[in-house]
Amino acid sequence: MDKIAANLVRMLGAERVLWEREHLATYGFDGTAALHGDAACVALPKTTTEVSDIVRYAAQNKIPIVTRGSGTGLSGGSVPVPGCIVLCLVQMNQVLELDPKNLTIQVESGVVTQRVAELTDAAGLLYPPDPGSMKISTIGGNVAENSGGLRGLKYGVTRDYVMGLEVVLANGETAFFGNKCVKDVAGYSMKDVFIGSEGTLGIITKVLLRLVPKPRAKKTLLATFSQLDAAAETVSAIIAAKVIPCTLEFLDRITVKCVEDYAHVGLPLDAEAILLMETDGHPVVVEEEAQQMAEIARNHGATAVQLAQSAAEAARLATARRAAFSALARMSPTTILEDATVPRSELANMIRFIQQTAAKYEVTVGTFGHMGDGNLHPTFLTNEKNAAEMARVEKAMEEIFEQAVRLGGTITGEHGVGLAKKAFLRKAIGDASLGLMRQLKRTLDPNNILNPGKIFD
Amino acid sequence: MATQEELHQAALKIGRANPEGRHGASTYLKHLDYSVLQQCIHCGMCLPTCPTYDETKLERNSPRGRIALMRLIADGRLEVTQAFGQELYFCLGCLTCETACPAGVRYGEMFEHARADIEHVSVLRNPGRDLVRALTLRWMFTRPRTLRALGRLIWLYQAGGLELLVRKLKLTRFLPKRLRALEPLTPRVQRNFTDALIRPIETPANRKYRVGLLTGCVQDLVFSHVNRDTADVLLANGCEVVTPRAQFCCGSIHVHNGELELAKQMARRNLDAFDLRHLDAVITNAAGCGTHLKNYRHLLQDDPAYADRAAEWSGKMRDIHEWLAQIGIRPPAVSTLQTVTYHEACHLCHGQKITRQPREILKAIPGLDLVELPESTWCCGSAGVYNITQPEMSQKLLRRKMANIVTTAAQVVASANPGCSLQLLAGVRASNLKIRVAHPISLLAEAYRKGA
Repeated sequence: MDKIAANLVRMLGAERVLWEREHLATYGFDGTAALHGDAACVALPKTTTEVSDIVRYAAQNKIPIVTRGSGTGLSGGSVPVPGCIVLCLVQMNQVLELDPKNLTIQVESGVVTQRVAELTDAAGLLYPPDPGSMKISTIGGNVAENSGGLRGLKYGVTRDYVMGLEVVLANGETAFFGNKCVKDVAGYSMKDVFIGSEGTLGIITKVLLRLVPKPRAKKTLLATFSQLDAAAETVSAIIAAKVIPCTLEFLDRITVKCVEDYAHVGLPLDAEAILLMETDGHPVVVEEEAQQMAEIARNHGATAVQLAQSAAEAARLATARRAAFSALARMSPTTILEDATVPRSELANMIRFIQQTAAKYEVTVGTFGHMGDGNLHPTFLTNEKNAAEMARVEKAMEEIFEQAVRLGGTITGEHGVGLAKKAFLRKAIGDASLGLMRQLKRTLDPNNILNPGKIFD
Repeated sequence: MATQEELHQAALKIGRANPEGRHGASTYLKHLDYSVLQQCIHCGMCLPTCPTYDETKLERNSPRGRIALMRLIADGRLEVTQAFGQELYFCLGCLTCETACPAGVRYGEMFEHARADIEHVSVLRNPGRDLVRALTLRWMFTRPRTLRALGRLIWLYQAGGLELLVRKLKLTRFLPKRLRALEPLTPRVQRNFTDALIRPIETPANRKYRVGLLTGCVQDLVFSHVNRDTADVLLANGCEVVTPRAQFCCGSIHVHNGELELAKQMARRNLDAFDLRHLDAVITNAAGCGTHLKNYRHLLQDDPAYADRAAEWSGKMRDIHEWLAQIGIRPPAVSTLQTVTYHEACHLCHGQKITRQPREILKAIPGLDLVELPESTWCCGSAGVYNITQPEMSQKLLRRKMANIVTTAAQVVASANPGCSLQLLAGVRASNLKIRVAHPISLLAEAYRKGA
């Protein structure tokens, strides 16, 4: 252990290597409940060359490397494996180029997502992916997890905005995949191999992102429902009516209460469910779509539909929604967030199933999510010190995953597999897929040093 | 062993080693309600708002990191160590993380218990630190008369010309380096303290309320005019003002420095000094004291003799801005043209969630143009005695604050906490700026006086 730290000190200097227990303990977890690991040391490189040197050293000595940014992941992807080097990239935070002629921005992977959003906004552009943790999550982490966000419905996810990646490979070599071209079919799209690879195939050090023009207008609506089903049916109806809003967010009663306790934005506490709906684009289209959505909501049993009166109010609502997961933690000592995702036509079905399963196992579940994407976040409010309840939570979770897969969905829409969903992966994707993934891993990381034991064993 | 020694030497060189390696078992964190520690889900939402994390980008220097360490200690998996002690004294205790936390984590409570553990185990002790703590926490800030006598001495030194002489002759060069750096921070002590400025009971013609006034320690010595201004504003708004003589320190300095028991003593003495039954509210104009004063309920909840009174006290405790917003103020009639920016004291905006009311008061003053301060809720680096214990970090924060203030081009920066005001005054002086530092209530009092 000490030997690894001492060698890294020779490479980076003592300031950027941490080995004391009081430091290591604070890198032992991410945003996932009840997962911990003990690293040998933490390295804080500032350049790609330093990353490459560390990887070479680790490869020679077969030391595992767990890469992380701000550690806000929700599947244990950046939880240290025993004796590893934690490669923390938050100090690689230079913005390299904003190119308005090609609508791109290039940044080091430790740049915080919010900063990319602010810089592009100031240039009249938009970087659409906006994960809940964007205030502190890093772009590198977003790419490695292929993060989603509140605007996935219309704009897609992180993958849809990555044009190029600089990656340090498992042998320490550095490569750049992709470029600023809209079209490029020169060989395999290697960047796509690394997007969502959760730090298991290479270390992403630079990211070239695609931007879009900032929409000229935006309207935010808040619809209130006295039944969960009605909210789900509203979403399916909006999509069936060929309206693609940028956001269709859903919060159930428990979540609304917690969010309101924290954010005080005036959410209706007596509703069974609310939908936060947002449309953006050309002012005329936005006007028309907002009216259409309000009408559909009312026809499907919305008890009230309110229009946000200002951009500031709309932003407050979106920010409040982003805090939903953390706000749910007010209710109980342990908060376990899940990420089951189904085709949108099956939403009402899935929501009902979650409610029934929670009742069956006598566990408390708050559900919210990106309904327009079919991406739900059933959140178990429990206590990790209560073994009996935890066992029931596990069972309920398993059934929810199985049902999601049965309905043609997936076990994780945007949080990744990491450690938390490893056990369910085979069922979700099948043997052929899993076999190919393993083969790819062996090819790109023959020594199995990059985040070993994550996604699959 | 050779590698261990090499690491130790490397750590020594950058000041990260703990040569004495002192450690011991926890008493306070261990007995803290475990659900308080469990509340943190380490989502990281606090990180971007934490001034120390923002500076270093090290997890240990973040609320989430500190809570992880506190939980390990409460679990008995880590002892209270010297490094832990240093970490918790690197924390400003600004409570920005409490505002940022969607899960409602009570960081302040954990922080106070952690510092109590650190003092209990004495992991940071050294003769100089022990002496300073004994002189300040145990002696000066437990005896209001001693504190005032000391204030009187400093006033004599400053007003009698001796300070000028010392500075002219550069006699401060004989001081140890640390003290020499602090010397310019010495606050200007007032000629008259609060008792000379406010009578024990002052009654307005149109009495609608009866309130107690807390006069504070630093406020009393350095900003006693703010106390007079507070009384005037209260009187102008129909409040009879009851000001007990020679009040005790509220104990916030004790609780923030790991002296929980002394803090309880101070709280009891203050409860004895006020007859709560005949008061509609107890008013403080110092944000740092206010957060703690409102917390007497929790502090004394296990004290059978005082628990009820402490609860009543917490129920009646109001920050001056909060109270004025509650009762509604008479707007002053006469205007003074001035641009003002408002710096938010951490313990007002984060500790007490009071952000709207001071702005409303400032906006009620005719002719006053309120310019919003960028990063108004970012700590100025005063943080109690932090500017003395952690001068480097404190100066970084002060420079950031002053740069923001300068962008507003305001003539006045309003601040509702004596610690912040002292820090801002030092910042104004260091940058040779012509900016006045004033309490919002002083600006209101001046407007009333001008109209009278």
